[in-house]
Amino acid sequence: MTALNEIVKGESLEATLKPVSRMDLIKYSGSSGDFNPIHTIDDEAKKAGLPGIIAHGMWTMGNLSKLFTPYYAEGFIKDYNIRFSGMVFLEDVLTLKAELVDKIEQSLIFDVKAINQHQKDVVKGKVIFELY
Amino acid sequence: MYKEYIGHTSKKVANVVERELVRRFAESIGDNHPIYIDEETGKQSRYGANIAPPTFPRVFRSGSIEGLKLPLKGLIHGEQIYHYERPLIVGEEVFCYSKIEDYYEKEGSTGKMGFLKMKRYGEDSNGQIIFTEESITIITETVRRSLNV
Repeated sequence: MTALNEIVKGESLEATLKPVSRMDLIKYSGSSGDFNPIHTIDDEAKKAGLPGIIAHGMWTMGNLSKLFTPYYAEGFIKDYNIRFSGMVFLEDVLTLKAELVDKIEQSLIFDVKAINQHQKDVVKGKVIFELY
Repeated sequence: MYKEYIGHTSKKVANVVERELVRRFAESIGDNHPIYIDEETGKQSRYGANIAPPTFPRVFRSGSIEGLKLPLKGLIHGEQIYHYERPLIVGEEVFCYSKIEDYYEKEGSTGKMGFLKMKRYGEDSNGQIIFTEESITIITETVRRSLNV
């Protein structure tokens, strides 16, 4: 594993997730305490005008931050901003991406996003990783 | 009307960064890294203990803002913004409260939409900020009408 402070502008961290399953969302409902049924129960999602259950935006945001976890000895996520731009449905395959766009003193600035199998952004934002 | 709540805060609530909750949370976002879960890895780290993932504060309680009513359904989560002074450490006590930062309306394709900016603050036992967590929630015209706000 390369150290995070050795990567150069334009380089990315990347990971692809397994297809989204109902169990993923049931587990996240339990661990986060967000039991809004549009994330787990088909009928409730339909009643809300959705074609099917959708992932919690925070589930996707939570997944995205794991690109940085292996580098915990080098620093920490100081700022993490996300705009939720698309819905995530069951069986969607998300790719997580963090591209280094700038380096200012101890701050590594990344453009981060999760895209689905149709190459559409579902969450998009920035991470500032502060080096020790 | 949500505008009149701008600047209102909730009372501070004490929370503990519980080991078992951190483990489950980390697993549920597919991030079973030993820095969150394995005690030995935590002890060997610069923190001397395990830490929590950055989006973990969702689990904390921060009290309610007196009088503020939010619909249970029909809210859209627009944005989420975290700022950390340092990671959260497993076992520590965190004091949380919420504040209504802003409320504004914008004309959209489905009518006038409301944007509610709420910010949560997490402090250590000395009152030093550990993190802030800001959420922008979108309230559609249909939902606003049904609430009469």
